[in-house]
Amino acid sequence: MLLDNLISIVTFIPLIGAAILALFLRGDDEAAQNNAKWVALAATTASFLASLFLLAGFDASNTGFQFVEEGTWILGLSYKMGVDGISVLFVMLTTFLMPITILACWDVKHRVKEYMIAFLVLETLMLGVFCALDLVLFYLFFEAGLIPMFLIIGIWGGKERIYASFKFFLYTFFGSVLMLVAMVAMYVDAQTTDITALLNHNFGSDTVTVMGVQILGGMQTLLWLAFFASFAVKMPMWPVHTWLPDAHVQAPTAGSVVLAAILLKMGGYGFLRFSLPMFPVASDIMANFVLWLSAIAIVYTSLVALMQEDMKKLIAYSSVAHMGFVTAGIFAANQQGVDGAIFQMISHGFISGALFLCVGVIYDRMHTREIDAYGGLVNRMPAYAAVFMLFTMANVGLPGTSGFVGEFLTLVGMFQANTWVAAVAATGVILSAAYALWLYRRVVMGDLIKESLKSITDMTARERSIFAPLIVMTILLGVYPSLVTDIISPSVSALLGGYDTAVAEFATQNAVAENGGH
Amino acid sequence: METIILFAPLLGALLCGFGWKIMGEYAAQWVATFFLFIACILSWIIFLTFDPFAHQGGSYSVQVLTWIESGTLVTDWAVRMDRLTAIMLVVITTVSALVHLYSFGYMAHDENFDDEKESYRPRFFAYLSFFTFAMLMLVTADNLIQMFFGWEGVGLASYLLIGFYFRKPSANAAAIKAFVVNRVGDFGFALGIFAIYMVFDTVNFGEIFAAVPDKADETISFLWAEWNAIEVICFLLFIGAMGKSAQFILHTWLPDAMEGPTPVSALIHAATMVTAGVFLVCRMSPLMEFADSTQNFIVYVGALTAFFAATVGLVQNDIKRVIAYSTCSQLGYMFVAAGVGVYSVAMFHLFTHAFFKAMLFLGAGSVIHGMHHEQDMRNYGGLRHKMPKTFWAMMIGTLAITGVGIPLTHFGFAGFLSKDAVIESAYAGGTDASALAFWALVIAALFTSFYSWRLIFMTFFGEPRGDKHTHDHAHESPMVMVAPLGVLALGAIFAGMIWYKPFFGDEAKVDDWFGMAEYHGEEHATLPGAAHAAEGDAKDDHGEKAEAAPPGQGAIYREDKNHVLHDAHYVPTWVRLSPFIAMLLGFLTAFQFYIRRPDLPGKLAENQAILHQFLLNKWYVDEIYDFLFVNPAKWLGRFLWKKGDGAVIDGFLNGIAMGVVPFFTKLAGRAQSGYIFTYAFAMVLGILVFVTWMTLSGGQ
Repeated sequence: MLLDNLISIVTFIPLIGAAILALFLRGDDEAAQNNAKWVALAATTASFLASLFLLAGFDASNTGFQFVEEGTWILGLSYKMGVDGISVLFVMLTTFLMPITILACWDVKHRVKEYMIAFLVLETLMLGVFCALDLVLFYLFFEAGLIPMFLIIGIWGGKERIYASFKFFLYTFFGSVLMLVAMVAMYVDAQTTDITALLNHNFGSDTVTVMGVQILGGMQTLLWLAFFASFAVKMPMWPVHTWLPDAHVQAPTAGSVVLAAILLKMGGYGFLRFSLPMFPVASDIMANFVLWLSAIAIVYTSLVALMQEDMKKLIAYSSVAHMGFVTAGIFAANQQGVDGAIFQMISHGFISGALFLCVGVIYDRMHTREIDAYGGLVNRMPAYAAVFMLFTMANVGLPGTSGFVGEFLTLVGMFQANTWVAAVAATGVILSAAYALWLYRRVVMGDLIKESLKSITDMTARERSIFAPLIVMTILLGVYPSLVTDIISPSVSALLGGYDTAVAEFATQNAVAENGGH
Repeated sequence: METIILFAPLLGALLCGFGWKIMGEYAAQWVATFFLFIACILSWIIFLTFDPFAHQGGSYSVQVLTWIESGTLVTDWAVRMDRLTAIMLVVITTVSALVHLYSFGYMAHDENFDDEKESYRPRFFAYLSFFTFAMLMLVTADNLIQMFFGWEGVGLASYLLIGFYFRKPSANAAAIKAFVVNRVGDFGFALGIFAIYMVFDTVNFGEIFAAVPDKADETISFLWAEWNAIEVICFLLFIGAMGKSAQFILHTWLPDAMEGPTPVSALIHAATMVTAGVFLVCRMSPLMEFADSTQNFIVYVGALTAFFAATVGLVQNDIKRVIAYSTCSQLGYMFVAAGVGVYSVAMFHLFTHAFFKAMLFLGAGSVIHGMHHEQDMRNYGGLRHKMPKTFWAMMIGTLAITGVGIPLTHFGFAGFLSKDAVIESAYAGGTDASALAFWALVIAALFTSFYSWRLIFMTFFGEPRGDKHTHDHAHESPMVMVAPLGVLALGAIFAGMIWYKPFFGDEAKVDDWFGMAEYHGEEHATLPGAAHAAEGDAKDDHGEKAEAAPPGQGAIYREDKNHVLHDAHYVPTWVRLSPFIAMLLGFLTAFQFYIRRPDLPGKLAENQAILHQFLLNKWYVDEIYDFLFVNPAKWLGRFLWKKGDGAVIDGFLNGIAMGVVPFFTKLAGRAQSGYIFTYAFAMVLGILVFVTWMTLSGGQ
């Protein structure tokens, strides 16, 4: 019986935790703060344990949606949740990382209860995004997720937090408005908001003329563009990426972890759930455009990362570059590209999360993110140096770490789609080595000269225990990536099968139309 | 047994790196060394007993675990064993085991660390063992992606070991340079793998090789044009080889890599890792044979590197840098041999070079150790009395690298046999490229002889120069350092004479050793139809030349029309004498300059100041790179950040948003941010609770 509602249970446990905190926890003394943290940890851990049942019961060979729950909801809308091979690992990623995130903000002193509530609410909303099988439900989760993140940056952030939080909010909100319009249009066209039904619906691809401009792919292209506006900002893709570095720099450590590790994946997930399967013709038409934007993003942001003076900004730019591999992999639209893109998103969740935690460790001690304020940390923090080294290497995609598999597969995919894009994107592996190792050298290597660092201490047991699971996952997925690819591959190949058929049909239609015309 | 060889060093690295706190520093070092000696002994057993004809196709694979699987891209963690692998196994494990042993002495005290407080030794041994593991992964791979794992893994180990003295800024800079320049090569390598997968639909060596003849005329569109697929693939892979093997234009990291401790230089930057590029070209010989233009390119690059590095080596004063440039130059020799299509000779030189170059480095390390970390040869002199054993070791190494032997016979030091084989092969190559390469290599041989003897004379002969105190305390190194030199000396003297035939004997002998012969027997057993065809060919072609095996049979491949190995045995006598004469000239010049008239070098440097500066500054390649790549990249990064992100994108988008952000910011700032957020928070939470309640109750 419980298993019938497993998805809802996983999704809403954190929200229940938040409700408990909001309703029953009083006072702001140390005991209350500790209680808040323990409740949050318990709720996120419970959600993770429940999600393990989800993974255990998941049948990878079945490419349809599983654990589907359906019911009517307010105002005639329906509540429908479920997972398939594409979404299930994002659910796992979220539930896996949230307890770690809660542990990472153990030392927060300011409004602890509200902080915990924000994260718990955020977790429910993120899980909802990955599980929702109804358009309206998806939109609600997708949009509402902005609010707790906005608050996390705006209340617990750094000096420029107000500017950063509004920039974050407005950028992402602007994209979403266009998506809402597109969703209304989809409802009008298909008369349903059920995502499984929409996946089987053929949206028109006849050329239409809007304000004198001929649009190839017609309605599909228009819808595609609207969704693209939203997802491209979320990813973020070049040139709408500038909100991310600002948001990261101002966000508290735990906020950065969630932002980089999970929130950014919503864009990529959206492309895979909506753009590619629902608008295949438009995706095919726009593929080269996206491939080039991605290639530019990789080179551009890697070069910018090279010159950063703020550690978090550097890692943020590096995230944008890594997301470039994801978008390029998705729109290469072949098995390796899409497999690699999903793999890269999962792996980036662990690696970027860990890198922001690495910054957090020394930020907590020195209260600065300036690269120049550090140097020679290895002398007093050998364990920290080793952990930071591992994730630096994972970030530059060293084989044997999970970072390699995603990068490599997406590049294999890209090469088959467009060799120019693959060659440009592959220069990213050179540049990433340059900026990541240079950062490492300036922060960790060298002699310890700065007076302020002379008494810095190595990682505590709590900090070590935060990193341990991330280290295990990074290496495990690097050595045995089948753990991921076995689950995603069948669903991906089903998705691509439909995609290729639709694109081929469109090509024949066009050929027939042209022959008829002449 | 194969898997034990592969994983013993990894186990040693892990136990040593993580377990030293429990078992103690000294025990941890022994554990790492012990596991390496196991790997070494097993490798020799495999090398001496390996019989290619016991296995279908002259090779076999042991699968360990599946790795990356996506669509038709399927790779395993596996061990591929054939003659090439067997050769590399003994080279790697032997040198590595000896270097481990040597490091007990060399790393016993290090002025860069505080002996009391810092445990740098287990870290050093763990890195060395990890390197060995990665290198073994590289050579035992049965597919390109696992090879790439090893390829980057040795890059990581190299990075860690070059930067081992993490307090020295120069060491850190050198480490990053090594990694990044190697990544430039890896960029080419990776693109080559993508192209292979696109053309062959597999990355497994056996499957690729078998399919090569069918794909010989296939084209792919790569970047701006249509190309012959195999040419593109080979060219891209060779870029990878250039990076790892420090060939001209991607060589700049190797001299700087000498910042690492000397045992590292011997193991990684002389005997093993830098030869990975040569190994790659030989491994891919079934493709290379179908890529004539790329082969020519390889010959040109190899010849240029051999010549360039030798010229720079003439004037360097740091003892390790001289040897580093010498390594760079010798790698050029190997590439020339591979480029003209005589892969067995490339491997021959790789094999012998590993012994004598590791020995020269360890000998240099012994000198540096004895001279309290002084590396400038201008401050040496007369050391043969203080360190006689080291002196003799270095002498043997020098005799080997300069190629001393009895001309026109097969009797001489290892380098005499293998280097002459390379030069004769170059002459027999029969193309413009190989003709040029022949002369470049002969001149380089002269320079090699000069700088090698210059090193010996400046270090061990003449009057002691430099700090008197250092010279007074100069001492011979302990037994644990001298013993490995003795073992390597055996290799430097005898390796060439013992293994001359299988590497550079007549074609039948070489084919036999690499498992390329006895094609007919195999065919009878498996493909009766094809065997008839093969027999038909054999009737036309019967004679002294062995039947060429198909690609994928055996460890290397020689195209039917490739007779270079055969021709190399029938080159004119003056060609066979030329390297010997070059060697003599080099020796005599060095003798004149550094023993009889020590004032001459200074005068010559003054007379030819421009040339001298040009060589001393390594042809200004580093400066050109800074000008062309490093500074523009930094400038562009800053420009894109400040102007691109700052002025254009943010300016534009914020402008569109009508200054909305500042407006809200101001508003929020005025309204005492604390309160407004509390309201917002409560509101959001309320909505969510409401929605959830409706959901759960309405859903029933």
